[in-house]
Amino acid sequence: MLSEGGSFMKGMVMGGLFCLVLSLLGSFSPVTESRTDDNHHHHHHVKAASKDELQQLSDSRLQELNNQLQVYCVVMVQPKSLVYWATALDTWTKHCDKAEFYTSEASKALEAIDLNEKDDWARLRKALKHAYENAGDIRWFFVAQPNTFAIIENLKYLVLTKDPEQPFYLGKSVKSGELEYVELNSGIVLSYEALKRLVNVFQDEDKCPERGRQLWKLSDDKQLAVCLKFTGVFAENGEDVHGKGLFNSKTVDSLISESMKQNPSNVVEGCCSDLAVTFSGLSANQMQVMMFGVYRLRPYGHDFHDLLTFFPPKGSDND
Amino acid sequence: MKTVSSSLVELDFIRSFIMRPKCVTFTIGLIFGYLSLRLLLTSMFSVEPVSDLVRNEKNRLHAYKVHTEASQKNNSAVNPPNATRILCWIMTGPRNLESRTKHVKQTWGKHCHHILYMSSEKTDFPTVELNVSEGRENLYWKTIRAFQYIHQHHQDKANWFLKADDDTFVVIENLQYILSKLDPEKPLYLGRRFKPFISQGYMSGGAGYVLSKEALRRFVKGFQTGQCTHFSTIEDMALGKCMETMKVEPVDTRDVKGRQTFHAFPLDHYVIRQQPRPRPWHMIYDYYVPNEGPNCCSDFIVSFHYIYAVQQYVLDYFTYHLRPYGYLHRFRPDEIVEDNNKTNKGG
Repeated sequence: MLSEGGSFMKGMVMGGLFCLVLSLLGSFSPVTESRTDDNHHHHHHVKAASKDELQQLSDSRLQELNNQLQVYCVVMVQPKSLVYWATALDTWTKHCDKAEFYTSEASKALEAIDLNEKDDWARLRKALKHAYENAGDIRWFFVAQPNTFAIIENLKYLVLTKDPEQPFYLGKSVKSGELEYVELNSGIVLSYEALKRLVNVFQDEDKCPERGRQLWKLSDDKQLAVCLKFTGVFAENGEDVHGKGLFNSKTVDSLISESMKQNPSNVVEGCCSDLAVTFSGLSANQMQVMMFGVYRLRPYGHDFHDLLTFFPPKGSDND
Repeated sequence: MKTVSSSLVELDFIRSFIMRPKCVTFTIGLIFGYLSLRLLLTSMFSVEPVSDLVRNEKNRLHAYKVHTEASQKNNSAVNPPNATRILCWIMTGPRNLESRTKHVKQTWGKHCHHILYMSSEKTDFPTVELNVSEGRENLYWKTIRAFQYIHQHHQDKANWFLKADDDTFVVIENLQYILSKLDPEKPLYLGRRFKPFISQGYMSGGAGYVLSKEALRRFVKGFQTGQCTHFSTIEDMALGKCMETMKVEPVDTRDVKGRQTFHAFPLDHYVIRQQPRPRPWHMIYDYYVPNEGPNCCSDFIVSFHYIYAVQQYVLDYFTYHLRPYGYLHRFRPDEIVEDNNKTNKGG
C-alpha cells in the first residue's frame, strides 16, 4: 500500500512539474493576457462607461462631471471646400462648447483663424498650439475636418469618466507598420494632458520637426502619432461598451451597404453603434440630413433613461 | 499457431506490466498532478478576462433589455381594448420581393401589429394573392381588391388600416401617436394631402395613407352599391374620390407646429435649407403650404417615399438606433399643455 501511495505522489509531482514547464514555455498560457493596465495606457482601446458603472456614481458626482465636461472643436478648413465649411458651421459644430475654424488662407465668405499655412502638418501644429493656448477651462479637444459629422454628446459620453489630466489620444486607431495612429478623417480626441505634452514636444526639432522629414513625407495624422509617441502617449481605439468602434471613416450609407452583404439578417445591429461619435466622407446635403436624423427623427414614446442631460444649443433651428 | 501464441504472450506481458499496482498509481498521480496544477494556474491568473466576459455579457443583456423594454412599452399600450391597432398592407409584386419588400419586412414591417403583403401571386414570403395582374394600370384594381380582402378576412384585427408601397418607410409609433387621439368609428382618412382633382383633396399613395375602420366599411360599401367605381387607374386620386363620395373626412396630419408627418419624397427633398423660392415641382400638389428646410418635417415623422433597400436600413438606424446620448429634444409636445392655442396651422 505504502509503495503504491509513494508512486502516486511521485506521479503527482511529475505531472505538476510537467504542467509548470509547459506553461512557462508558453505553449498554453493561462497567465499571459491578463496583466491589468490601470496605470499604463498600453491597452489599445478605450471604452465608454457602462450603465452600471455610471449608476455607481452619485448624482452630484454625475452632475459635476456633466458640467466640467467641455469640448473644444478644432476644425481644419480650406477655402476650396467652402461648402463643407459652411455646413459644418451650421450643423454639428454648434454642439461644441467652443468651435474654432482654422484655415490655410483667409476667405472673404467665412470667418476663421487664418494660419496662413499651406502645409497640412505645419497647419495642424499651429492650430493645436493655438487651441492649447486658448483652452480656458476646457479639457477635451476634438480635431476634425468639415466633411466629418460628429455627435459631440456621444463624444462626451465616451470620455465622461476619463481624467483629462491623463494623456488620452483617441479615435479610429489604425496600424501602419510599427506605427499605431488615429485617423484624422474620423476625428481625433485629445485630453488636456496629451495636448500639453504635444505642445511641449513641438519645440524639439529632432523628435517632432515642423516641416517633417524631407525624404519621406508622412501624412499629418501619422506625424501627430509619431510626436505623441515620443511623449509617451499612444493611440487608442474609441469603442462603445460592446467593443464597437465609435469613430467611422465612412458614411452611414456606405457602412449599411457593407453590413447588408456581411450580415443580411441583422443589418442595422451589425453595422454601427447606437452611440457613434463620427461618420465621414459626407456631402454637404448629407450632413444636413444627418442633423435631422440624429437630433430630431425619433419614435414617439421611446425613453432611454440616460443618466446625463445635454441641452440643445442656443439660437439653432435644425436640432 | 505460433504467431497467435507469441502475441498472446506479448499481450500477457504488457498486461502484467500495466497491471502492476505501482504503475497504475503513478499514472493516476501524473494525470492528477497535471490537472490540478493547471486548474490552479488558470483560476489564479484568468480572473480578469473571466470577469470581463461576465461584465460584457451583462452589458449586452442589459442593453438588449433596455431596447426590448422600449419597444415593449409601445406594444403594451395596445393591450387595453380601446387601443390603436394598425394593420399594414404593402402593395408589392413578385419582381420586388427580393429587392424591396424583403427590406421592409426586416425593418419597419416588424413594428406593425399585423402586416400583409399584397401581390398578384401567392408565395411563401408570405404574399396574398389578389386576382389582379401586375402593372401600373392595375394599381387601383389591386387597391380595391386588397381592401375588400382585408374587410372580408381581417376586419377585426385592427381599427386602422395603413396602405404603403414597397418603397415607403413608415414609423409606426409616430402614426400611432396621431391615431390615438382619433376615433376609429368615425369615417377618417389620413396621409399627405394633395389638392388637385378632388375638391376635398386626396392622400398621396406613395407616402402611405390610413383608413379608419368606418372609412374601410364605407369604401367597401361604395363598391357594393356602385357609388364608387374603377373610373381611373390613378390609385390614390381615385380612392380619394371614393372617400369624398362616401363622406369620409381627410385629416390634417401636421404636428402642433404645422410640420408635416407624411412625406411623398425622401428627407433630402425637404430638409435642405433653401433660399425663399416658388414651390418646387415636387411640392406643387401639396394641400397645405409646405415649408422647406428644417421646419419641413415633424420630429415625429410618419413616412417617406422612394426609399430603396439601403435607405430602409439607414432610416431604421436613424430612427431607432443612433441617438445623441442624454440629449434634451427641443420638441416635447406632451409638455406643451398650455400651448394649445398657439398652433402654426396656416393652410
